Amino acid sequence: MTVELGHFALVLALALSLVQSIIPVYGARRGDVRLMATVNHTSLAIFFMLVVSFASLTHAYVTSDFSVANVYENSHTLKPLLYKYTGVWGNHEGSMLLWVLILGFFAALVSVFGRNLPPQLKANVLGVQAWVLTAFLLFILLTSNPFLRLQEVPFEGRDLNPILQDVGLAIHPPMLYLGYVGFSVTFSFAVAAMLSGRIDAAWARWVRPWALVAWVFLTAGIAMGSYWAYYELGWGGWWFWDPVENASFIPWLSGTALLHSALVMEKRDALKIWTILLALITFSMSLLGTFLVRSGVLTSVHAFATDPARGIFILAILTLFIGGSLFLFALRAPGLKSGNLFAPVSREGALVFNNLFLTTAAATVLVGTLWPLVLEAWDGSKISVGAPFFNLTFGPLMIPLLIAIPLGPLLSWKRGDLMGVLQRLYFVAGTALLVSIIVLAYNDGGPILASLGFGLAAWVILGALAEIWTRSGLPGVSPSVALARLSGMPRSVWGTAAGHLGLGLTLLGIVSVSTFQQEVIRQVRPGDGLQIAGYNLVFEGVTPNKGSNYVEDVVSFIVTGNNVREHRLQPTKRVYTTRRMPTTEAAIETYWFSQLYVSLGEVEKDGSVTARIWWKPLVTLIWLGALIMVFGGVVSLSDRRLRVGAPKPSRSKITTAPANA
Amino acid sequence: MTRKQKRLLFIGGIGAVLMAAVLLVMTALRDEIVFFYTPSDILVDGKASAGQRIRLGGLVKEQSIVKDGENITFVVTDTDKEIPVSYSGILPDLFREGQGVVAEGVVGPGGSFVADTVLAKHDENYMPKEVADALKEKGVWQEGADTVRK
Repeated sequence: MTVELGHFALVLALALSLVQSIIPVYGARRGDVRLMATVNHTSLAIFFMLVVSFASLTHAYVTSDFSVANVYENSHTLKPLLYKYTGVWGNHEGSMLLWVLILGFFAALVSVFGRNLPPQLKANVLGVQAWVLTAFLLFILLTSNPFLRLQEVPFEGRDLNPILQDVGLAIHPPMLYLGYVGFSVTFSFAVAAMLSGRIDAAWARWVRPWALVAWVFLTAGIAMGSYWAYYELGWGGWWFWDPVENASFIPWLSGTALLHSALVMEKRDALKIWTILLALITFSMSLLGTFLVRSGVLTSVHAFATDPARGIFILAILTLFIGGSLFLFALRAPGLKSGNLFAPVSREGALVFNNLFLTTAAATVLVGTLWPLVLEAWDGSKISVGAPFFNLTFGPLMIPLLIAIPLGPLLSWKRGDLMGVLQRLYFVAGTALLVSIIVLAYNDGGPILASLGFGLAAWVILGALAEIWTRSGLPGVSPSVALARLSGMPRSVWGTAAGHLGLGLTLLGIVSVSTFQQEVIRQVRPGDGLQIAGYNLVFEGVTPNKGSNYVEDVVSFIVTGNNVREHRLQPTKRVYTTRRMPTTEAAIETYWFSQLYVSLGEVEKDGSVTARIWWKPLVTLIWLGALIMVFGGVVSLSDRRLRVGAPKPSRSKITTAPANA
Repeated sequence: MTRKQKRLLFIGGIGAVLMAAVLLVMTALRDEIVFFYTPSDILVDGKASAGQRIRLGGLVKEQSIVKDGENITFVVTDTDKEIPVSYSGILPDLFREGQGVVAEGVVGPGGSFVADTVLAKHDENYMPKEVADALKEKGVWQEGADTVRK
């Protein structure tokens, strides 16, 4: 019964969404305040219906109601409870339901937090949001209904894909979707602005918090997905340039560009046309990502099922929204007044530089991702585009950007003094150079690129800190004055510094792992020892173990050396009983920021095991850096300047919510 | 600088970066992509030359896996032609005889293949798309069947 309730709620949400697509937008054109005000009710009602719908599917999962086809396909009575919850979105239909739930969630947030928005803008924004919602609700109800019942109720379910039976599934998709779908709000703002024709600095101030929220979640989601792939797949890699990874990375790149260009628009009333375009592009890339992942045109871990009807439906949605919004843009853009002028060397100039390289990089990733599809359609040849392509295209484009990062925040608006900025950074530049030389010497003349990479990482990290240092006035002023200055600094300055610092740390992790990683692959028998990076691993043996829905062989290694306490590392080979699917659970030990990573080949009948062991120096910085970027985003969000219309400056209230009211 | 000069500088700079990016992409698309071939493509049509880096796809031939510690050899077949593959390392969990596989590596002389990466399907419902397409072309694909019967 609850399942039918969920299905019914979903249909109701569609009906309400249709209402919200038309009435407020019509009201905004007519200037009818009452019609416009309907969005406040409908958006909350839609969200409520979506919650009911999602809850009912969750209920079916938790109670193992195998009369529902979706639950039968992806669940099992013996599946641990956590995965009964997370398994709801561990499949195509459920994950689309999560997608629209979050879409409705953001609409509800705009409705609640957007009280101070001009009514016309708000009505249009939520109207556009409802267009997207309508399209995806139709998609779910027509091609991907999770509430379909089976004629004969099976006794037991088919269990969830073992790779997905991990706590990563609880975090990665919701985070990623909050990011992906979060950019729908900036998209709706952009379309609404073009509908009403009012595009100014105030618009940027309303949009930026939403872009920041989406960016924070997208960053966290991508980082989480990367770490999950790293420990779960047992390949020891943290980024594969897999099309689906790229699909989330492209909106991240253009979203990052959007954050920066919206800053120019807000502060200087310039780059208006460009910022609107970026807002459209970013969500378009999110939609494209959804299409690539959900249509099954690409082979990937993420492709749950392939169904041509779905692919064509999403392609239609994609064409409609991308084409429609770009058409509107083409109509409106020429009418926009170009903004204030600025010198090439200025804060604006630096942000344009940032945008140029970020969007070009996004375009190269897009080309690399789509090229296999294009070529196959063109002459039928099948290719794969992997790391070498992206290293050659994406890599070089990042270098000028990384060099420019410490300079940007130190330049003043309108007209900057490059020599003055360089003078303030001479210490940072010197240290970065020194780091390069040390790495080159230590690496015994190894690849020069590696030592340059370390130097660049040092430049970005110290550059981020240098901005704070410069603003404190040290060492020219007394520590108490410096402290007072720092505490009076806007939070967005801290946010920027943290964001850039995080990026530098991620870069350091990446260069460190790619330069100094060590790897050993060997077949071992009980009692055999292995040496890697000063650690000594002795293979003890294999012991069987039984989990709730799997059986496993636990392989034990005793680790000593490098003054660490003697301890065990126990990777396992599991076989999930229902699907008869084997998986490898790698064992990972963290020492400070570095990791020892043990993965396994087959366990042979004679008790021998093929072990693959990596030493990954500073690898955790890759994800810690991303977390610091996320932290920077959250700190920026709490800046009171982002809360438009805040009557009194109040430093005591700190909120991380996108409070632009 | 006049307004016009500034604008020229801007557009020139942007144009230069875009040109550089286009050049990089074109070079990379020529040199850094990896083609997917079946054993027949290589042995009959001669599509790949020795020393070329490719992805080889097909089925792992029954009874063809030989393990010597971490050194492994197996045969990839498209049910018509077959190519022996040598690989050193750990095979994916779902690597099995009679199942679809994609091996990335370098074509050796005389129809051999040295793989440095071996990919198998991610779960039991799933066959690498390239392999499925190649088998459909050979007419040995059965919809819904997990393994291909000769």
